[in-house]
Amino acid sequence: MYRYDKYDQQIVNERVAQYSDQVRRRLSGELAEDEFRPLRLQNGLYMQIHAYMLRVAVPYGLISSKQMRMFAHIARKYDRGYGHFTTRQNIQFNWLKLEDTPAILADLASVEMHGIQTSGNCIRNISSDEFAGVAADEIVDPRPYAEILRQWSTFHPEFAFLPRKFKIAITGAVTDRAAIQVHDIGLEVLKNAHGEIGFRVLVGGGLGRTPIIGSEIQDFLPWQHMMSYIEAIMRVYNQYGRRDNIYKARIKILVKALGAAEFKRQVDAEWTDIKDGPSTLTVEELRRVQQYFTAPAYEKFSGNDPTVDALKNENKAFANWLQRNVKPHKIPGYAAVVLSLKKTAIAPGDASDEQMDAAADLADRFSFGELRITHMQNLVLADVKQADLFTLWKIAAAQGMATPNIGLLSDIICCPGGDFCTLANARSIPLARAISERFESLDFQHDIGEIEINMSGCMNSCGHNHVGHIGVLGVDKQDGGEWYQISLGGDQGNKSAIGKVIGPSFTFQQVPEVIDRLLHVYVRERIEEEKLIDTVRRVGLTPFKEYVYATPVEPDAKLDDEAYGLLKDQNSVAASYAVPYFTPRF
Amino acid sequence: MIIKNKAVVSDDWTVLRLAENETAEAVFVPAGKIIVPLKVWQAQRAALQTRTDLGVWLNSDERPEVLQGEVEKFAVIAVNFPRFADGRGYSIAYNLRARLGYRGELRAIGDVLRDQLFYMQRVGFDAFAVRADKNIHDALKGLSDFSELYQTSWDQKLPLFRRVQRESVVE
Repeated sequence: MYRYDKYDQQIVNERVAQYSDQVRRRLSGELAEDEFRPLRLQNGLYMQIHAYMLRVAVPYGLISSKQMRMFAHIARKYDRGYGHFTTRQNIQFNWLKLEDTPAILADLASVEMHGIQTSGNCIRNISSDEFAGVAADEIVDPRPYAEILRQWSTFHPEFAFLPRKFKIAITGAVTDRAAIQVHDIGLEVLKNAHGEIGFRVLVGGGLGRTPIIGSEIQDFLPWQHMMSYIEAIMRVYNQYGRRDNIYKARIKILVKALGAAEFKRQVDAEWTDIKDGPSTLTVEELRRVQQYFTAPAYEKFSGNDPTVDALKNENKAFANWLQRNVKPHKIPGYAAVVLSLKKTAIAPGDASDEQMDAAADLADRFSFGELRITHMQNLVLADVKQADLFTLWKIAAAQGMATPNIGLLSDIICCPGGDFCTLANARSIPLARAISERFESLDFQHDIGEIEINMSGCMNSCGHNHVGHIGVLGVDKQDGGEWYQISLGGDQGNKSAIGKVIGPSFTFQQVPEVIDRLLHVYVRERIEEEKLIDTVRRVGLTPFKEYVYATPVEPDAKLDDEAYGLLKDQNSVAASYAVPYFTPRF
Repeated sequence: MIIKNKAVVSDDWTVLRLAENETAEAVFVPAGKIIVPLKVWQAQRAALQTRTDLGVWLNSDERPEVLQGEVEKFAVIAVNFPRFADGRGYSIAYNLRARLGYRGELRAIGDVLRDQLFYMQRVGFDAFAVRADKNIHDALKGLSDFSELYQTSWDQKLPLFRRVQRESVVE
């Protein structure tokens, strides 16, 4: 993986010094909260309901065992012994004190990490394919390009105060695992008929309150022009993106208002001036960065490891895990392993300090010391010898990270929701728990097969509800109660689609029963090996709607229990807000 | 006082801002060093264009292209930041320098604060009228927060990878 040279390290060190002084000035009152807010946000620091939350960048989701141990250390020393992995392949710490954050960023800088541009109206951390470099269907490894873009976008002086946040995703495989169609800019690295490398460029995709699939404005942009072309896109957006209404400020609204063809024309006009200029990427720089992403020293095997099959036949639990949590690898005798952070009754994506240390140990012992964080909020060990799978499984199981549910019903994507986030209309984590518990039977989950339930506590859609096969969205109602809208038929990846709302919303206590009814229709209607999403595509929404709303949905009284209630914390000290924390933003 | 060429200096320019009851056509532009709104320049060009001590300022929603071919008439061009979080002024400044070829003093006015000065100087500003309630000597420190830069902008024509021999350490 990429390692900092003296320039990278110096820039991050200077950022820590700059930020430390900003915190000092905030604490002394020299900086008003309104002035400090954009500064802390550009270091990933939010005010939440109970305390400050820090989002740490994990560039394109790739992380070393040493960095993972630093997360464990931060969780222990400054937080409450856990962290939360996010849909943008980052990690968040939820219970911090402002005074501690300079020391935390200094700790992070010591392992080549930071919180730069993980929030704020700037170019955010770039996300990518969690199986980059090992996926069998990869055309071009996207990571060197992602790293080059990370450096280019870091502290770009012109684009630090955009109309709104800006997210770039990049993939280089046949199957899109980076959700490039729903990003502000989506890049697909590919080869043309002559074997030359370039990018398909999508712009203006996004979720949130106006979900839109991105429009293609380049079908093949030669790789040398990556930075100058994106600079031209950013310059058009920075000047013409709306700033009068926060809900209409993303680039997707501009692209929609102008039309993709006119937007492209304006970008090309800006680009003419800078094309072939100094920002043009050189072969030398590309090679320099690429050499950090060369293949590790794999052992040579002629094919699949023969011992795995024997163990699989003897051990049902191991067999289930192999089926769900172990993914194919392009090198014979190797596999990629997904460590599940979706154990029942644990918030999706949460990991304790002990689990983080254990995952780091597993990476050192079995996967060349590296891990990846997935947008599904799990961890990946990308380069595991098949012969080690059984041993690895036993250790992961002892740490609660081997639930065989990857891609199944309980592998729920979920935002922090009303328990932590000031933006949320409703809770997500306790609802994810209620759903996981209701369908806890793994046999049932395996029978239902691949299904994505995505859940967000508000319109901002951090839990990607629009692209869930089943989407759950906390909506704002006049009565102030918690209501959830259910959508069906969304999908991510190559067949990206925005789900459709099935009808009037439901209460917290009704949602698990609604999911049950949707699954009932699926089981009734499915043919052979059909997945839920395929059944929905074939039969449409009507049979699902009819069955869900045919009879009143009884609320589940069990969910009135305090265990599902709002997170209450007597000992936490709320962040000291100069503005009420329930104001619309941050 | 303003910051100019990385030092705090006294300043004898006046910025003309239209009051609510004034119009660009009718407002009186006094003699002396004065920076007028773009609309005033456009409305009173005939009377103003012989003056040698004239500046013009653009608001963040105005376009620098309208000054195409006449930027050298001004001793100062200023860009107003109504709120520091309104980042349009950065692209306006960059385009004044890069696309319109302006070489004179480029001044940031309005909500101009220490923690944005580093970015402002990168896109082409060389003068900063720091908000009056802030300590300008303290703000000056904001110009030197970073000593290395990855990407090009007006101040640095070459990206880091073309300027230095970068290490390539692979374990």
